[in-house]
Amino acid sequence: MTRADQERIFNEKIAKEIKIEPNDWMPEEYRQTLIRQISQHAHSEVVGMLPEGNWITRAPNLRRKAVLLAKVQDEAGHGLYLYSATETLGADREKTIDDLHSGKAKYSSIFNYPALTWADIGAIGWLVDGAAIMNQVALCRTSYGPYARAMVKICKEESFHQRQGYESLMKLCKGTPQQKAMAQDALNRFWWPALMMFGPNDAESTHSDQSIAWKIKRFTNDELRQSFVDATVPQAEILGLVIPDENLKWNEERGHYDFSEINWDEFWQVVKGNGPCNKERLAARVKAKEDGLWVREAANAFAKKRSMKKSA
Amino acid sequence: MSNSQWPLWEVFIRSKQGLNHKHVGSLRAPDATLALENARDVYTRRSEGISIWVVESVQIHATDFDQSGSFFEPSDTKIYRHPTFYEVPDGVKHM
Amino acid sequence: MNEAALYEYVLRMSDDSLILGQRLGEWCGHGPILEEDIAMTNIALDLVGQAISLYDFAVLLEGKDRDHDQLAYLRYENEYKNLLLVEQPNGDFAMTMLRQFFFDAFRLPLFEFLEKSPVEQLAAIAQKSLKETRYHLKHSSEWVIRLGDGTEESHRRAQAAVDHLWRYTHELFYENQHDVELQENGLVPKLSDVQASWMITVQEVLKEATLAIPTNNWKFEGGREGRHSEHMGYILSELQYMQRAYPNMEW
Ligand SMILES: [Fe+2]
Ligand SMILES: [Fe+2]
Ligand SMILES: [Fe+2]
Repeated sequence: MTRADQERIFNEKIAKEIKIEPNDWMPEEYRQTLIRQISQHAHSEVVGMLPEGNWITRAPNLRRKAVLLAKVQDEAGHGLYLYSATETLGADREKTIDDLHSGKAKYSSIFNYPALTWADIGAIGWLVDGAAIMNQVALCRTSYGPYARAMVKICKEESFHQRQGYESLMKLCKGTPQQKAMAQDALNRFWWPALMMFGPNDAESTHSDQSIAWKIKRFTNDELRQSFVDATVPQAEILGLVIPDENLKWNEERGHYDFSEINWDEFWQVVKGNGPCNKERLAARVKAKEDGLWVREAANAFAKKRSMKKSA
Repeated sequence: MSNSQWPLWEVFIRSKQGLNHKHVGSLRAPDATLALENARDVYTRRSEGISIWVVESVQIHATDFDQSGSFFEPSDTKIYRHPTFYEVPDGVKHM
Repeated sequence: MNEAALYEYVLRMSDDSLILGQRLGEWCGHGPILEEDIAMTNIALDLVGQAISLYDFAVLLEGKDRDHDQLAYLRYENEYKNLLLVEQPNGDFAMTMLRQFFFDAFRLPLFEFLEKSPVEQLAAIAQKSLKETRYHLKHSSEWVIRLGDGTEESHRRAQAAVDHLWRYTHELFYENQHDVELQENGLVPKLSDVQASWMITVQEVLKEATLAIPTNNWKFEGGREGRHSEHMGYILSELQYMQRAYPNMEW
């Protein structure tokens, strides 16, 4: 088959909404784009365990402790489903993770913000998982089969994450004034970083056009951000919390909420490593990998010994 | 592969009695015992399975994309293998 | 029925589950590989679940109209009756797995006996927990063998963990007047029977792991009587942080 034939078949599949599967021919750039995007997503799931994981030992009651454990555990699972998808593209997991640790690969900047109070755990579930769902639901129809299937599985699990966060905040909002203030404070700190999760404005987004053409991405950053704002504002009203944006108002003409411009300086600073917790997050992941080295080596050595015993 | 990276395993799960095992993804494990346990924790946290198979990924042999035409298209023309190829008078029942 | 004695008995089991679950929860996000991170969290979840059921039963036995969270979160340190073993720091992965193994090897026969207890609630909890514990023991004992018979380094670390934790295993079989009373009434198993089973498992697994059982049998105890190690205060300061800092609120 000539290269032109391969490319024609690939483009036909994309046009007809037929999924691309691991063994299919694909343009090298498509493969690289996917590896970059999926591994970045995987890293986000895993780094995302850290701010919430910090609160497992401090969860205020046994039910919340179990829920948080299960939630953070799910994120590890999501990381794994996604690394598994990158491995179908020929990207070795260990190398992918080394790229994270060296700073070459990125992860979602939201996890560079600290979780300071128990209300932050609620806010993270509601806003951060909420924003992630907005992205991920769109990705269930992405053109690469293993990625799409991982997303379907992840989306099923995510909705519990958002609900438990919202429920937890609801409890605070119906509790004492101190609890409600704690919830408002969490919203104040997480609202803008949550909006930043959708990435730069479409005009600034470097990879967007080609990704949309290849149907890796199905909606632009700004479209998704708008959907998130539209969905979240009424939820905040039910909680009785105020979204920290004085320009936020319903625009009858557009049929959407208008909102202020994001502080892009902050966005780029955090992406470049200057967020409040970038160093701690990465250091924790590097330490886990290094501390686990002898464990992984031992397990391999043991497996080798046993298989030799068996064949002897 | 560094000697600390575990081999890759493909995971297949039977979600309930009467259904085939279905591929659900992969994971890393040093041996089959741990591969099964990891598969249980990674892929059946919400009771998605009643039986698990794991196979080391290097043991899987797949058809080649370039040959998929010669592999699969010849059967497309053998429409006589399908019941709809045959005409049966209207009155005939149970067929 | 011997309510006070039974209350203490159930409380100990609750505290064991809670504190070990708390310790395992510290691993979440820091495991040696993602797969094992998930595995340890699963064990932690089982333990927290067991703690909830056990505290619920303890609440009934106590009859003071407290709920499981009040028991779990609002006692003073000397009122917690968990083993010193379970409050030991995670250390490295070998320390965590050996701590888990010594505990699982104890819990499994204990639940097997308790499943037949005439105390219905206890039998029901044991029955549910038995399946979980059997799996925990499978996982931890396999790891003990892998580490013991893995590399030189893993063997050294695993042996160091055995040597350190051995002193706390004696307390697994601690008994006081209340235990004797419960045993005589046939409500709970004789700990000597549990111990016999524990010893067989430990000997088999450590042997396969090429790990030596320490000859120094100096024994630590105190947790069962509410005298803990210095670690306990730190565990409780995290565990109780929210309840102490924001008293009388619902979360
Ligand atoms: Fe997730
Ligand atoms: Fe996600
Ligand atoms: Fe999530």
